Amino acid sequence: MIDLQAFLNTADHFLLKYFGLSLFKSLVLVGITLLHVAYTTYAERKIIGHMQQRLGPNRVGPRGLLQPIADVLKLIQKEDIIPSCVDSPVVFKAAPLISLVAGATSLAVIPIWEHFVVTNVNMALLVVLAMSSLSSFGVILAGWASNSRYSFLGGLRASAQVISYEIAMALALVGVMMLAGSMNLVEIVKAQVASPFKIYAIPQIIGFFVFMVAAIAETNRTPFDLPEAESELVAGYFVEYSGIRFALFYLAEYFGMIVMCMLAVVCFLGGWYGPFEVPGVPFFWFLLKLYFLIFFYIWVRATLPRYRYDQLMGLGWKVLIPLALLNIVITGLIKVMA
Amino acid sequence: MPQAVEIIQKQKNSDQWDEPYLVNMGPQHPATHGVLRLFLELDGETIVRCDPRIGYLHRGVEKLSENLTYSQAMVLTDRLDYIASAANNVGYCLAVEKLMGLEVPRRAQIIRVIVCEMARIASHLLWLATHALDIGAMTVFLYCFRDREWLLDIFEEICGARLTVSYPRIGGVRLDFNQKIIDELYRFTEEFPRRIPEYETLIDVNRIWLKRTKGVGVISGEEAVNLGLTGPSLRGSGVRYDLRRTRPYLIYDELDFEVAVEYEGDVYSRYRVRMKEMREANKIIRQCLDKLAECEGEPVIAEEAPDLLIPFSKPKRPQPAPHPKKGFLVKSVEVPIVPEGEVYFAIEAPKGELGYYIVSDGSGHPWRVRIRAPSFVHISALPALSEGQMVADIIAVIGSVDIVLGECDR
Amino acid sequence: MLVLEKLQEKFPEEIIETGESAGQTYVVVKREKIFEILKFLHESGELLFDHLADLTAVDWLKKKTPRFEVVYNLFSIRYKHFLRVKAQVPEEDPRITSVSSIWKVANWFEREVYDMFGIVFEGHPDLRRLLMPEDWEGFPLRKDYPLSLEPEQEWQGLVELKEKARRLAPFDWYQRVPGERGPSEVNEEAKEG
Repeated sequence: MIDLQAFLNTADHFLLKYFGLSLFKSLVLVGITLLHVAYTTYAERKIIGHMQQRLGPNRVGPRGLLQPIADVLKLIQKEDIIPSCVDSPVVFKAAPLISLVAGATSLAVIPIWEHFVVTNVNMALLVVLAMSSLSSFGVILAGWASNSRYSFLGGLRASAQVISYEIAMALALVGVMMLAGSMNLVEIVKAQVASPFKIYAIPQIIGFFVFMVAAIAETNRTPFDLPEAESELVAGYFVEYSGIRFALFYLAEYFGMIVMCMLAVVCFLGGWYGPFEVPGVPFFWFLLKLYFLIFFYIWVRATLPRYRYDQLMGLGWKVLIPLALLNIVITGLIKVMA
Repeated sequence: MPQAVEIIQKQKNSDQWDEPYLVNMGPQHPATHGVLRLFLELDGETIVRCDPRIGYLHRGVEKLSENLTYSQAMVLTDRLDYIASAANNVGYCLAVEKLMGLEVPRRAQIIRVIVCEMARIASHLLWLATHALDIGAMTVFLYCFRDREWLLDIFEEICGARLTVSYPRIGGVRLDFNQKIIDELYRFTEEFPRRIPEYETLIDVNRIWLKRTKGVGVISGEEAVNLGLTGPSLRGSGVRYDLRRTRPYLIYDELDFEVAVEYEGDVYSRYRVRMKEMREANKIIRQCLDKLAECEGEPVIAEEAPDLLIPFSKPKRPQPAPHPKKGFLVKSVEVPIVPEGEVYFAIEAPKGELGYYIVSDGSGHPWRVRIRAPSFVHISALPALSEGQMVADIIAVIGSVDIVLGECDR
Repeated sequence: MLVLEKLQEKFPEEIIETGESAGQTYVVVKREKIFEILKFLHESGELLFDHLADLTAVDWLKKKTPRFEVVYNLFSIRYKHFLRVKAQVPEEDPRITSVSSIWKVANWFEREVYDMFGIVFEGHPDLRRLLMPEDWEGFPLRKDYPLSLEPEQEWQGLVELKEKARRLAPFDWYQRVPGERGPSEVNEEAKEG
């Protein structure tokens, strides 16, 4: 006689623990992040608006708060146009999805709180790096599949940019790995808090600088928004996209931006720890730091002009990568001395 | 047009990899300032050949002017450089007046200088806004529009129109300034010099801006003269050629202002020239306002100014029989006012030398009106300025020579 | 005037007429040696007309023969003197030598004159239409060119565009064809009538 009750209990426990919980967690995470993405666009428009002495969205809902939702509804309703001269319709359709999925997958390994990680893997840092590179794969595919001159140039620029800035970013993170002795993001946060400065942004100031610059380039934001340089390439790689597929690219960009900010919070700013505990909201400090970094991104966009393609490459290879290498040497020396 | 399409089609089907990469930039493009079409041959991101195509905004202003009276043709000049339309009107009126030998009252001359310089500031502000936006600095754009809005409001107060003003008349100006306008202009001239440093702090000390503009689109003074560049684009190359000083018109010879000159010949020095010019224009307006107070109450239009079909104080002339030709162009009263002859008159418009070559056969219509538009010449110089540079640079170069397609295509 | 004297001394046979209009000196020359004359004006050290302010043409239909005049407005930035050179071009053989090798700015000016008047500039590197479409017929600024074309004379490009608009009208919200009344408007009028 099999103990059916016990089996069911085990199964239930297993499902709840490993499958149900992960699913629940990831749903919560994706939902929250999507809301964040939507309201990041709103915040961007509002903040830049006020920086430029105008109002920003203020028509839909109170203070324009429903504007992002109205935008999404509008974009979903639109006809899904595939231009007749597209090189490969399948790739054309898939490209925004690749971008978005790759951007969103990184969320799975980022700890928002000690007990809130969808999958706590030991190679988390590598996963994030890999996924952010994959995200630009979608961009390159879109540029090639659109069969438009501007898209193609945008795609080429994106590939060159991502390759050079990926290296700088990874090298900047090597310092963090060396100090923490781990690639698990939860471990990194814990090691950080245990370290004398509480956050790595102080001992790793060079690394932090390189990481932030490279992250802006990685997510194609001003002043490194060359793949979509509006005044040169019209819209770069997504010049042929419209409707929901355009929205997916847009989402992917903001997902990438949020993931990069989260990574910076986790690796350099001490994650969910703060000077004091806020009761009831365990990720209060995490979100606060995240919002600050997002504000920084938006602020940069309102202030700076755009680099030229060759200058961008020069900055990446001649400034950021040597700086990141120098950072590794210094970190190594400190590690050896201590 | 078919040529480009054919080449692109051919390239699509061929396996050759050494052919240049062709990009058709425009006529709908966010950074070509209108309907300019550039046919670019690229090698990577470097421009091998640049072939500008124009004519998408060709309205036949010269042909239309031949079929209108002198006064009516003035309204068409608004539509040339619609950003600084007052300067176009003044240039046209001056040309016709020179042909007629008409003396313009002093007060009208001062007012014309004021509106010209206002148009210059408005044009340069719009130029700075779009140039900065082209290079990617978004915030400057809206700052500039804030101040341009103020100027347009003053224009509205002066003549009721904001953009296409049609304010000057042959023989003077339409209406005198009232006290409100003068007060507002005093306030503007007081405030504006404080606004310019705001833009400069945003872009002048920005390393990215300097990197994008210094050493880009370089042209020597000699070459620039040969290419026919005029205005700030020429003065950025170190040639002191400003028609307000070289061939003074209106009351510019009485005014105290400096001709802005920079010597590098790149995008950055053209930017510096225009920033300096805005300051000088502000100074000029200030001086003119003081001069305006000296001749309070004097007429603003000459007694013998030709009729406009808008009753000033003169009696109406008998209407002729309606013209048999269909279409919207009904020829109106023909008064033989302009003696036979020809004149080339150029003024220093915000964009450069704006010349009117008018040939009269003694009838009420001009026999030939030719408009020498600075934008036309500047676009023709684009290949020389941009070949060998990168795609991003051509955007900076187009911005730096300051073109308006309405004026280029006429 | 110094310029005119110099010119008369150098090219006595070429000059047909000199005069002044509205205070500006002009000189009418034969077209055969226009290149040499302008090159002299450009390069002679005492004249140095380095700025070709304007190059255009005038059509003197039924007023003068020869019919066309190509007009060069020259200015010297250093010496601040101005001269207008007019070259006569007959209707039967509208040709003149290009000066785009002297002033690069003349390149587009000459293209425009060719476009508008049909005067051919010999030696021009790239004589194409500039403002009008490449397949346009006729030269619009000639005095015998009508101000508005008859429907059957319309430019082929416009005809094609209208045809395309008619074909695609069912997909348009208002079903409009440029320059024509759309079916919805016709229907409304029918209802009202």
